[in-house]
Amino acid sequence: MKKSYKIDVDCANCANKMENAAKNTAGVKDCVVNFMTLKMNVEFEDGADAKSVMEDVLSNCKKVESDCEIFF
Amino acid sequence: MNKKQKKVLYRIIASALIMIILHFVDIDNAVLRFVFYMIPYLIIGYDVLKKAVHGIASLQPCDENFLMAVATVGAIALGQYSEGVSVMLFYQIGELFQSYAVGKSRRNISELMDIRPDHAFIEGENGELESVDPDEVEVGSIIVVRPGEKIPIDGVVEEGSSSLDTSALTGESVPRDIKTGDRVQSGCINMSGILKIRTEKEFGESTASKILELVENASSKKSRSENFISKFARVYTPTVCILALLLAIVVPLFNMLMGNPAAWETWVYRALTFLVISCPCALVISIPLTFFAGIGGASNAGVLVKGSVYLEGLADVKNVVCDKTGTLTEGVFEVTDIIEGSVNKDRLLELAAYAESYSTHPISISIRKAYGTEIDNGRVSDVREMSGHGIEANVDGVRLAVGNAKLMDEMGISYTRTVKPGTAVYVAADGAFAGCILISDRIKKTSAKAVKELKALGIRTVMLTGDVKNTADSVAKELGLDEVYSELLPGDKVTKIEEIIAKQGKGARTAFTGDGINDAPVLSRADIGIAMGALGSDAAIEAADIVLMDDDPIKIPKAIRIARKCMRIVYENIYFAIGIKVLCLVLGAFGIANMWAAIFADVGVMVIAVLNAIRALYVKKL
Repeated sequence: MKKSYKIDVDCANCANKMENAAKNTAGVKDCVVNFMTLKMNVEFEDGADAKSVMEDVLSNCKKVESDCEIFF
Repeated sequence: MNKKQKKVLYRIIASALIMIILHFVDIDNAVLRFVFYMIPYLIIGYDVLKKAVHGIASLQPCDENFLMAVATVGAIALGQYSEGVSVMLFYQIGELFQSYAVGKSRRNISELMDIRPDHAFIEGENGELESVDPDEVEVGSIIVVRPGEKIPIDGVVEEGSSSLDTSALTGESVPRDIKTGDRVQSGCINMSGILKIRTEKEFGESTASKILELVENASSKKSRSENFISKFARVYTPTVCILALLLAIVVPLFNMLMGNPAAWETWVYRALTFLVISCPCALVISIPLTFFAGIGGASNAGVLVKGSVYLEGLADVKNVVCDKTGTLTEGVFEVTDIIEGSVNKDRLLELAAYAESYSTHPISISIRKAYGTEIDNGRVSDVREMSGHGIEANVDGVRLAVGNAKLMDEMGISYTRTVKPGTAVYVAADGAFAGCILISDRIKKTSAKAVKELKALGIRTVMLTGDVKNTADSVAKELGLDEVYSELLPGDKVTKIEEIIAKQGKGARTAFTGDGINDAPVLSRADIGIAMGALGSDAAIEAADIVLMDDDPIKIPKAIRIARKCMRIVYENIYFAIGIKVLCLVLGAFGIANMWAAIFADVGVMVIAVLNAIRALYVKKL
């Protein structure tokens, strides 16, 4: 399952860090963060609950970049 | 500027003003001096310091906030107050500039692609217009589009005529005239008359929605350069931090061991200079920004690129393989030549047109079109169609046989076989050869120019076609193509593409251009699949990597030039940013470059790289 989320972040390197943080979250198969369009495309593992996974993704992203937001 | 950016701007102005005042005021008291310098420092840097502390707390120490915090706090600890504050000040100026530039280009590009319709008008019971969400319009409804409005949903014109501005979709500035019965695509702007359109698709399936979806998701496939940069950034910052640590601790210790003065202060200062340079911002922002601008510029020119990886690939294309029908030629048959036998040209065409009057074959249609006069059905009788051969019919009391060479052979008619290119239609009257009509596909006006431009770019041009050899060869000769392979079945085309790819050499790429109707397998097999004339064709948009919105072959060299310009800027930025940083690191280690040079290496390079990246948006003149 793939989903696209709108994000808010200030710098390009922070977006890269968010991408890595999201990739290392359980339930996420792959993730691409596009800083220019401020979009996060997440591919979930089979059977993962998107909402609860995204909550983990957000908290992991907050750890690497306190000033970020994901809208889900 | 948004609220956040304005706030930063005010902080920059305030702390810069205080710094200027402090520059002219001499403060003798050391404590007072420190306190006064802390005011602008905290105004400009409090958020960076906060984030740095937060970073350490969450075990993510190597981010740029931390680096800036250490560098500036270190400089202040060494008594270099003005340098410490200035580094922070310039860092913030750089960040503000970056965020402004990125926001600006985001807006620019979305304006270029401003094809999203906000509403659709449907006619109410009493003829008044009712505005509804385009999402809610059902297939088959009638929508009304007034002059100056965007067509929200694909459909067929039911009533009215107008001209359409298709430039947002195709990059073509000449308006397209439409009348009742024509098919129209969403995203076009109605310029003159009121149109009533019967919708054929749902909003989500319409051209405008499809294109927006494609453009918005375009950069999700990252290019090699982008991946290189994010990997580089991951390694670069920690490496420079370690080097800074070595400079600050190991060198003075080594000095002490050698019995020299340790010179702690000098080496710590140099290490702090390293930290200022260690931020990878310039690279990390400028490369995706370049691709984003390049893709945005390309879509404005009617070239949709599905991801930066394809833009990168397109720049390396060395072979362009084209399909013939519908790509280099119009895909519309027309009579190009009439060869007289026993009957003169006009009469020959008339007879053939009458004989073919009941057929719907494209060739029959082209003959009737060339004849141009209304057919009087009373003059035709006893029509017999022989599939794969031709037609027999009585016209004006003459027994006609109209068809290909096989028909003539079978009927035992002696005829002169033509060697001219095109499809030959032989005509026999009462068993005797009367003449021959040649029909061929018209070459597109811009095909020859496109091939010439491709050659000027150093690209080999190849044509693949299912058509017969002499037709294919004559088209290839007229266009000046390098190679041509004819009489290929769709499967053969894939094999040919594979052969060409196998021979292309390292680093080169092969692009295939087709209309996407029956060459989807070839499109996906080629390194870069370019579908053309995709306006309204979902299959082509799916299969291709790059989509030319109209069917003009001149867009192929244009797309390649856009890609090459974009990649040139990408490499300029990579070399320039890394080059200046490494240079400043070396000079900094020897104490030649001070913290001011380091600020330039960080902020200055980033500003220049961002400005350079935005150039990729301007592709009109390419």
